[in-house]
Amino acid sequence: MNIHEYQAKALLEKYGVPVPRGAAATTPEDFITALTRLPDGPTMVKSQIHAGGRGKGTFTDGFKGGVKFCKTKADAKEIAGKMLGNTLVTAQTGPAGRKVQTIYFTVASDIKKEYYLAILLDRATSRPVIVASTEGGVEIEKVAHETPEKIHKVHVDPAYGLADFQVRELIFKLGLNPVEAKNAAKLIRALYTMYWETDAAMIEINPLITTPTDEVLALDAKVSFDDNALYRHPLITGLRDLNEEDPKEIEASKHSLSYIALDGNIACLVNGAGLAMSTMDIIKHFGGTPANFLDVGGGASKDQVVAAFKIILGDANVKGILVNIFGGIMDCNVIATGIVEAVKEVGLKLPLVVRLEGNNVTAGKATLANSGLALVSGDTMADAAQKIVKLVAA
Amino acid sequence: MAILVTPQTKILVQGITGDFGGRHAKLSLDYGTLVVAGVTPGKGGQFFEHAGHKVPIFNSVADAARETGATVSAIFVPPPFAGDAILEGVAAGLELAVAITEGIPVKDMIRVKRAMQGSKTRLVGPNCPGVVTPGTGEGSKGGCRIGIAPGYIHKKGRVGVVSRSGTLTYEAVYQLTVKGIGQSTCVGIGGDPVNGTSHLDVIKLFNDDPETVGIIMIGEIGGSAEVEAARWVKAHCKKPVAGFIAGSTAPAGRRMGHAGAVIGGAEDTAAAKIAVFKECGIEVAATPSDMADALIRVAQTMGVTLS
Repeated sequence: MNIHEYQAKALLEKYGVPVPRGAAATTPEDFITALTRLPDGPTMVKSQIHAGGRGKGTFTDGFKGGVKFCKTKADAKEIAGKMLGNTLVTAQTGPAGRKVQTIYFTVASDIKKEYYLAILLDRATSRPVIVASTEGGVEIEKVAHETPEKIHKVHVDPAYGLADFQVRELIFKLGLNPVEAKNAAKLIRALYTMYWETDAAMIEINPLITTPTDEVLALDAKVSFDDNALYRHPLITGLRDLNEEDPKEIEASKHSLSYIALDGNIACLVNGAGLAMSTMDIIKHFGGTPANFLDVGGGASKDQVVAAFKIILGDANVKGILVNIFGGIMDCNVIATGIVEAVKEVGLKLPLVVRLEGNNVTAGKATLANSGLALVSGDTMADAAQKIVKLVAA
Repeated sequence: MAILVTPQTKILVQGITGDFGGRHAKLSLDYGTLVVAGVTPGKGGQFFEHAGHKVPIFNSVADAARETGATVSAIFVPPPFAGDAILEGVAAGLELAVAITEGIPVKDMIRVKRAMQGSKTRLVGPNCPGVVTPGTGEGSKGGCRIGIAPGYIHKKGRVGVVSRSGTLTYEAVYQLTVKGIGQSTCVGIGGDPVNGTSHLDVIKLFNDDPETVGIIMIGEIGGSAEVEAARWVKAHCKKPVAGFIAGSTAPAGRRMGHAGAVIGGAEDTAAAKIAVFKECGIEVAATPSDMADALIRVAQTMGVTLS
């Protein structure tokens, strides 16, 4: 689960990570209240959406920049008015962009130098890794690719926790002066505590800055959490912003379906994540484009299939549907009956190819064949994929 | 010989009185697997009964292992308690713990994996379909089925299958069986970012197993486990290996169902992994329908008979 920058900054502060003073507002009326909480002078105005590249983004009305520097609070109020309610398109949002529903004002800090700092899981070692670099404020992937020697990592032993020597190692690598080093050490410790205690998936501070007075501050913050651990963090769960999620994905999660919208026109409905992914792949392989990832889980009950069809049909781009079920334990005839009932209930008009395999598959295929529905049966995944691609192209 | 488990392996089921654990304990008993004990704290002394079987339930894994000689555990415990359940199996000195549970917090698995360092217990999973060593009976009955895989799609034979995904494993196994090619052991290592046994661990076991003559390795986007295994295959494995990577069409940064199936950078895309497979002499299945055929192709080239 992702959260907004202003929410992340509040959490960081709670854990003792210094951040620039800031205040959020969701209505133009709130702008004044928020701004009175900040000192007079240079102010940053930051659009709050769950996507990176905000500074370089463009609003759909042509206004440029989702993050702006303003010399005065009066300017900040005016700029915020242009951002709020407007739709911001960045490299990460896709062409549709995201509607800005919250503005975050912060004090514009004096920057001496920008750094990079992040904590995340290192899958190769199954340990948390702290990543730091002297190259801040730029894309870290680019730094890792072009100048890998400028990326420094320490792996934390979960049995002991973050060790002092590891903090020192990072600080020496960053080349900080003694006052900065002291501040940075405190910050890194606090950040690790937050990562560990909140079950964060990733905390990325880019940039981390030093100021002319040797303060060390988290200027930006991107924080996400492990969905599997949200059950033990009710306060963090409360930070979820449904406005940032695809309504179809929200609906899917209510039915224990795992759905991700894509931009193709062949929808798929599959049991199992690996099979669902490779069903998308095989559609592409035979010249089609998948409209979604959809895993109905191991069971695929009738109610789930109905819900899944409704979600799929909510996507106006969809021109055909491929159902691919490997009914290992479940009776394929039960699944087939569910599909038939679901198709009747939603009144499906689009081409539908069903590939059913597994337990009691003969009866299942008979049920599909005798349903009176205009569905096409596929024998293998390849056969089914070729059939739906052809039907959609026709 | 098969790897990890044989039809003689004695199994205990943690969470046998739950819906999920109970359902699959019954299917394993039907398959002919030696399910000798169940563990549900507080229900010790009761029995799990099914089709003439009367499986004793114990309060702890240690009790169950001591009283019944079980050496392997199938874990069906709900996510908040699953990490603890794994460690209980480790403390009891089990040889193998197979964690089926999906949705264990990453932090719990980080701690569990650290705590398991130096222990004799091997972990398979979590978030996996389990392990099947097929038997010689009808529908491969008489084998060892740990977890949730459909037993009947298997056939006793000489191909090893290792995969992060459940249904995609079944797809590969079924393709092999339909073509008359049996399996030595099929191992689902799970779709989580932090798991126990890796692709490489299983490949090494298959390589050392005289009964296994060919290997199918199924991977997906995210992490570098498949790449690590492929490089080892190139350097050390003399057996034919076919591979498939799911997620060529997955968008970067999105979790595709499995907690671990997420593209983090240029290295862990399907295209990058497929390129490494090819470079390492692994025959890549062009589509998931091609997995068994890919192995047949490479086996023929190397002059290996699979069935």
